[in-house]
Amino acid sequence: MGGMSTSTIPLPEALAELRDAFLDTPEKERLQLLLEVSRELPPLPARYADAPERLERVQECQSPVYAIAEVSDDGLVAFHASAPEEAPTTRGFASILAQGLTGLTAQQVLDLPDELPLMFGLTRSVSLLRLNGMAGMLTRAKRQVREQLAARTV
Amino acid sequence: MPAPTDPAQKLAEYAHPERLVTTQWLADHLKDPELVVVESDEDVLLYETGHIPGAVKVDWHTELQHPVVRDYLDDEAFAGLMRAKGIGRDTTVVLYGDKNNWWAAYTAWVFTLFGHRDVRLLDGGRGLWTAEGRDLTTDVPAREAAEYPVVERDDRTIRAFKEDVQAHLGLGPLVDIRSPQEYTGERISIPDYPEEGVLRGGHIPTARNVPWARAVAEDGTYKTRAELEAIYTAGLGMSPSDDVVTYCRIGERSSHTWFALTYLLGYENVRNYDGSWTEWGNAVRAPIAQGEEPGEWVA
Repeated sequence: MGGMSTSTIPLPEALAELRDAFLDTPEKERLQLLLEVSRELPPLPARYADAPERLERVQECQSPVYAIAEVSDDGLVAFHASAPEEAPTTRGFASILAQGLTGLTAQQVLDLPDELPLMFGLTRSVSLLRLNGMAGMLTRAKRQVREQLAARTV
Repeated sequence: MPAPTDPAQKLAEYAHPERLVTTQWLADHLKDPELVVVESDEDVLLYETGHIPGAVKVDWHTELQHPVVRDYLDDEAFAGLMRAKGIGRDTTVVLYGDKNNWWAAYTAWVFTLFGHRDVRLLDGGRGLWTAEGRDLTTDVPAREAAEYPVVERDDRTIRAFKEDVQAHLGLGPLVDIRSPQEYTGERISIPDYPEEGVLRGGHIPTARNVPWARAVAEDGTYKTRAELEAIYTAGLGMSPSDDVVTYCRIGERSSHTWFALTYLLGYENVRNYDGSWTEWGNAVRAPIAQGEEPGEWVA
């Protein structure tokens, strides 16, 4: 699944490294890698932890996930998310995006391929249904970035 | 030889007490050689974060579904799955999982399609086991492959297809176990689960709505037999000899209710319609009802 069509799409460095790490791992062990990645999800910065209403609920996820992609004054994106401990798959998705999106320019985030969630070789071991959760996070992150850019140009 | 029945008093009241085990009983029987503990979760990684010692994992989505047909494993593949998990035909299977055992009950239902005889649920599921501070481990057991015969799946006794539901309408009770908002048609997905898309909101005509969670106490265990009878038998005017069909969105939450009606209350003819709303709600020319009334079936 995916194969040549998605693995050759150029990605920013951090995401490309993550993608390669997954694709270089035998399929049976990719879940374990996703679990390791899930453990790297950074805690929310205090300004969000104290004000969860500033985050957006990711409806596509099966668990209560809240996320925000913020654009700093210098135009760089930071992706923050929280998901419950008992939802490690979702935490893994969020962690991939937190590591992969943070530090990109707003334009780089907007240019990310929408099929990004399919590029980690997880379709069989995690399933398309569950990968919808990551697609939902990415779609929302892009929209949040667009909204912040638009608000600045007004 | 099946494992012994949990003698807990609460369970003894149920029609089939041998189908549930308490957390304490399971903790005391983890080493029984005739018993295999199976975890089935919504989250495909939860088992890897820690599970009941000795438990194997069966994922409802990547392991129980047919790879290309919307259906369950075929007979050969099921036997292969059981062999690989180290489960023999006479093994006592104790299932547990997250979300109050939704997926564990679903796995129990699928195992029962193949006639596996001794399938039990851990009352309270993963939530209660962890809430009680019981042992978890990340060690994956190296179980020896078991013998398992190829058994023909029985799609008649506890499974209903769309055509069966059509034939059933107006003749017997139909229980819609989704949230009230899904039932009335205000929303087309379970709160928080929008990914299984449907085109229309509402319910199958004549269905009565009893959200699955009404069967569950605060600690995630099933309510007592008397409480369940008040909800289903008295509440819906059903009797254990009725032909009953349960459904939800893809058949997982309704497996939880199928289990309660069949094994806890002794209903003899309960079928789960696994096509559920994701089939009926999208089916060409299938009538639906909206709002709080069950609606009528006009043949």
